[in-house]
Amino acid sequence: MKKLILSFLLTVMPVIGLAAGGGVQLDDADIDLTDQASLQHGAKLFMNYCLSCHSAKYQRYNRMARDLGLTEEEVKDNLMFTTDKIGDTMNIAMNPADAEKWFGVAPPDLSVIARARGVDWIYTYLRSFVPDEKRPFGVNNTVFPDVGMPHVLWKLQQDQPAEKFDSDMRDLTAFLSYISEPIQVERQRLGVWVLLFIAVFFVLAYLLKKEYWKDIH
Amino acid sequence: MSADGVDLKKRRMLTAATSVVGAVGAGFVVYPFLAAWAPSEKAKAAGAPVEADISKLEPGQLMRVKWRGKPVWIVRRTEQNLKDLGAIGDRLADPASDMPQQPEYCKNEHRSIKPEYLVAIGICTHLGCSPTYRPDVAPADLGADWVGGFFCPCHGSRFDLSGRVYSGVPAPTNLEITKYTFLSDTTIRVGEDGGAA
Amino acid sequence: MSAMKNFVGWIDDRFPLTKVWNEHLAEYYAPKNFNFWYFMGSLAMLVLVNQILTGVWLAMSYKPDADLAFGSVEYIMRDVDWGWLIRYLHSTGASAFLIVIYLHMFRGLMYGSYRKPRELLWIIGVVIYLAMMATAFFGYLLPWGQMSFWGAQVIVNLFSAIPVIGPDLGVWIRGDYVISDATLNRFFALHFLLPFLLAALVFVHIVALHKVGSNNPDGIEIKKNKDENGIPKDGIPFHPYYSVKDIAGVAGFLFLFAAVVFFAPEMGGFFIEHPNFEPANPLKTPEHIAPVWYFTPFYAILRAVPSIAGSAFPGVAAMLLSIVVMFFLPWLDRSPVKSIRYKGVIFKASLAIFVVAFIMLGYLGTQPTTEGKTLLAQIGTVLYFAFFLLMPIYSKMDKTKPVPERVTK
Repeated sequence: MKKLILSFLLTVMPVIGLAAGGGVQLDDADIDLTDQASLQHGAKLFMNYCLSCHSAKYQRYNRMARDLGLTEEEVKDNLMFTTDKIGDTMNIAMNPADAEKWFGVAPPDLSVIARARGVDWIYTYLRSFVPDEKRPFGVNNTVFPDVGMPHVLWKLQQDQPAEKFDSDMRDLTAFLSYISEPIQVERQRLGVWVLLFIAVFFVLAYLLKKEYWKDIH
Repeated sequence: MSADGVDLKKRRMLTAATSVVGAVGAGFVVYPFLAAWAPSEKAKAAGAPVEADISKLEPGQLMRVKWRGKPVWIVRRTEQNLKDLGAIGDRLADPASDMPQQPEYCKNEHRSIKPEYLVAIGICTHLGCSPTYRPDVAPADLGADWVGGFFCPCHGSRFDLSGRVYSGVPAPTNLEITKYTFLSDTTIRVGEDGGAA
Repeated sequence: MSAMKNFVGWIDDRFPLTKVWNEHLAEYYAPKNFNFWYFMGSLAMLVLVNQILTGVWLAMSYKPDADLAFGSVEYIMRDVDWGWLIRYLHSTGASAFLIVIYLHMFRGLMYGSYRKPRELLWIIGVVIYLAMMATAFFGYLLPWGQMSFWGAQVIVNLFSAIPVIGPDLGVWIRGDYVISDATLNRFFALHFLLPFLLAALVFVHIVALHKVGSNNPDGIEIKKNKDENGIPKDGIPFHPYYSVKDIAGVAGFLFLFAAVVFFAPEMGGFFIEHPNFEPANPLKTPEHIAPVWYFTPFYAILRAVPSIAGSAFPGVAAMLLSIVVMFFLPWLDRSPVKSIRYKGVIFKASLAIFVVAFIMLGYLGTQPTTEGKTLLAQIGTVLYFAFFLLMPIYSKMDKTKPVPERVTK
């Protein structure tokens, strides 16, 4: 048994070494994907501030409506600026070639950005724009040096207390995490039942095994 | 290995219990694989209800819209057409639309919400060809008693201007009429009736 | 009941159903002292079935096209009903398969399951392992993310390092000057084909196993000790005893497996790597690339060997040799006993060092190189090869314990 535990530890050890990341200290995003108000607010910010340059081309509006507890009418009236079909994905009209001319790089699609970068990175990135005269838009970012993106959120940051801006960015991060894997809350909810079922099956199978193995001496 | 003292009853019970739970588990595993064959969100979005503007449709004209990849006909019938619908009942297979080929609210002689406008799926109920629109009266190829309707070029099935099938042709049932609704006097939404029944 | 009997009789006249059932299950006598490590074989088969089933289902929605592949994976994850589950079963299954197989191989090392008369069984096993690695490699390109692309780039370039024919070989494998649509399309075809070859190899593996009979933790040949009916005294029928035991093992495994699928499908970036959520971009290498975890020990060996005379080939050769050497294992072990239970301290220590070296290499393969880490990788590489190449010497020197006549509890 000792050997067993040892070998298990040795197998998972490399996993522990993973967490190490790039130089900057990231803040804990501390998002709650079950908080629909937060996600709805995040969606509003996303539609207003992000979705003109960035697309989320794998996320459908009707799916968002369903998962965020909104009616299709509410989404159509308040959150849909780029299409009139609720079943569409979140595309943008900007041409990538033009975008490259304006920003140096085409703004990436944000559908799965939270899975590529991690939520802490996004939360910290959004709050790390600093003035820098040497950059074309007069800003730089401490998490993503020489980023092409201007500080589109500067008005939010300027006009509101810092805590409110942070909580806005938390909601936006939560929304990005949601669209990166819309199923995640449901997946975990389902997982509990699956594990319970397997546990019951295991107990029965174990008792069956024990019963048969009474024969073996 | 010896058979003495074996509690066969317990053994059988445990075998049965494990098998049943295992079979239920197998069912749970199979379900997602079957469900994955249902139309995806993308297919559903592509098959979403479509809106048709009928303001330019003149009496006697037919327009087509595509819904779920199928042709949907919208025909604006003339006064004469509507009169003829009542006169040919004895030549039809299902004149009263008793077969469930239409929503409840289209189970009438003109098979539509507004008598003037027919909205029907333009797919022959025989083998899936799309019949041609033949509004002309008594043409040479369809005979002197033709009062206008649809003729399927594949196997010669005939339908009247309500999409009702004539007797003695290969097609077994009237043309299918899907759910639709009038959003305004000049706009029809095909594929959804807002729950009206 | 007699209708059933008649039916089975009808089949038996045309197909050896009862014979096969008896020979391989009801009257296949397996040693009664199997322990935890003996679950891995049946688990590996279960995972193979899972991979084939989920893989075929994924192929129904996946598009092997450089412009569409990445999006089609997201399509599966979002738009296909339950597509996310099928995809996670497949991605988790890939890693689970390798974990189970590594444990299975470690079992073989511990109990001497590669020794006479099981040399061929071991060799077939190594071939299966190679086929698995090839399948995993082809499959890893398919999501067409950054890791997919650059991982394939690096591994195909290994072939380009072969002297003389290398550069042409690389182009031939890719079907292009870079990893491209052509590469993706052919890798998809091969990724679909290989699992069926794998299933055939598993069948051959089992045929070979049932010819020689299973080894056991004591490394005793149970066939040497039979009762008056010709049944091994230490053997028990596989069915029902090991079938019920394996079912319990399967349940335990599924619990862990489902825990990953439902609660940590990315497994901290080890089962699904974060950079793979960025679409493949031939113009931009991610800051840090590493192969998926199951390749990293060999990748570390590759990097540990410096290039000689401007050629990267020595590293590639070392990596290939690290796998080739496994084929010779049955003839490298000169110990008079099979199982670690009766081997001496030298073998035990060697095996422990080997395992530590292998895991250390695996870890180093995920890390960016530094001078210190390269040195560690070099030490690991030496230890890895020493385990095999010095085995004829140390296994002979080793002081073994007497092996009992019958299996122990």
